[in-house]
Amino acid sequence: MSHDASANALETPTLFVPRRKQLFTGRRAITASVFSSLLILGAIVAIFYVAPGGSSVRYFFFNPQQMWESFTGNPAKGLSSVGTGIFTNIWMFCVCEVLVLIFGLLIAWVRMSTSAVLFPFRVLSTMYTDLFRGIPILLVIFMVGFGLPALGLGFVSSQSPAVYGCISLTITYSAYVAEVFRAGINSVPNGQLLAARSLGLSSSATMKRVILPQAVRTVIPPLLNDFISMQKDTALVSTLGAIEATRAAQIYASTEFNFSGYVVASILFLLLTIPMTRFTDRLIAKDRVKRLAATR
Amino acid sequence: MSDVVLDLKSITKRFEENEVLRGVSLQLHRHEVVCLIGASGSGKSTLLRCANMLETIDGGDISLFGQSLSDPRIDPDLVRRNIGMVFQSYNLFPHLSVLENILLGPVFALKRKRSDVVDEAMSLLARIGLSERANEFPDRLSGGQQQRVAIVRSLAMQPALLLLDEVTSALDPTLIGEVLDLLRDLAHSGTTMLIATHEMGFAKDVANQVVYLDKGVLVEQGTPEQIFSNPQHEATRKFLERA
Repeated sequence: MSHDASANALETPTLFVPRRKQLFTGRRAITASVFSSLLILGAIVAIFYVAPGGSSVRYFFFNPQQMWESFTGNPAKGLSSVGTGIFTNIWMFCVCEVLVLIFGLLIAWVRMSTSAVLFPFRVLSTMYTDLFRGIPILLVIFMVGFGLPALGLGFVSSQSPAVYGCISLTITYSAYVAEVFRAGINSVPNGQLLAARSLGLSSSATMKRVILPQAVRTVIPPLLNDFISMQKDTALVSTLGAIEATRAAQIYASTEFNFSGYVVASILFLLLTIPMTRFTDRLIAKDRVKRLAATR
Repeated sequence: MSDVVLDLKSITKRFEENEVLRGVSLQLHRHEVVCLIGASGSGKSTLLRCANMLETIDGGDISLFGQSLSDPRIDPDLVRRNIGMVFQSYNLFPHLSVLENILLGPVFALKRKRSDVVDEAMSLLARIGLSERANEFPDRLSGGQQQRVAIVRSLAMQPALLLLDEVTSALDPTLIGEVLDLLRDLAHSGTTMLIATHEMGFAKDVANQVVYLDKGVLVEQGTPEQIFSNPQHEATRKFLERA
């Protein structure tokens, strides 16, 4: 019996991974991954030992004694503690996160409103988001931190650098977060709005009961991303002289001629941001599973 | 008092250059069921949306219980509280349970006490045989069940008029029956309805009046017998042959 060219192949196709790649399959994969991780970690450490300036970098950046001294601070030498300083960063971003949530939502709401009365506010909020997403945060910090005190307005002009820092962070991040909220609100299908309005719900009740609860779910991961970067940006407030972790490390560096304090500050920031980052990633993954399940 | 619920007088509606409705006039009386038939894009959905002010009209006038909707003192929210609307794609609120979906309108639009409405909502659910699913989320229900929930959601507002926009078009053929049965049931109990539909057999069954729309023009209107057995216009005849 003969077959024409379109008939199935006579040979049995092989289904195995090629031999040279079998190293990366099954139980060997774990060994392979441990091995490669150690190799890369070793390579990075080796650079600090092999490089011509390796020993001085180790001394100036990773000196355990200096790291400890910068962490605890030393009042006798007029050294602020990086470990205490981080608490300034923590309260700053805690306060800012709450304020940013409120202002961001408010700006997004105004920007998406359709009421004729709100027209000037609509224009203002659009200008606001355009403006503050475009100006580097460092410049905002300078303008607020040096501008407001210069005004000589009593209460407004006599706040601590940390407060001006919070104002700057809130101004800038509200603009970002407003856009995140707006994107989230826009992601809710139009049919939801139609259904709610046809039930006779007012536009604010529709927003509150139907649109926002659904928008929040899509908004949380990008929102947390913005919060993570805001946590780090509290370090920029050091430029105004607020004694937070970065500023304490700076003082340490300029008095002791050793940069280990910066490494300590970095580690402390990582301790704050990594849990948040992991949490965000898990939320995103969870939401993805849910969405996939919903489409079936 | 006249028993005219909805009075559409030569409605025109344009989307940019595209004229979707070209002078459609239609009256809907109390306890009457009117079916709108016509090809997709003939203006059926737009007409329904104009009736509850989801769309603004470019010409003509709409009256609900003798009150012109073009009067600037009209509150669209009040208009919509008296008109129920059901959509092709159900549009249930996915973040709320079935029961909460039904409670939303009465509680937050009519400001009624929640505990007063729960019993009504539960008996509506019992009517469609979904009492046990009250606390589940809509995505756990089949398309037919979701659409029936959407229908009772609008009934919970006790509307004077129900607008139905191709409510079976998104459903699997096997699920269409249960939704149409519910609508038949509503028709028999005297619910005033304006129904855009592609289900000719259903229209023949329940409609007091059938209206054929073609490219935004009301071509022909009459009893189901007149329209289906003895259409006067060539366009209607051709449409019915294809349908």
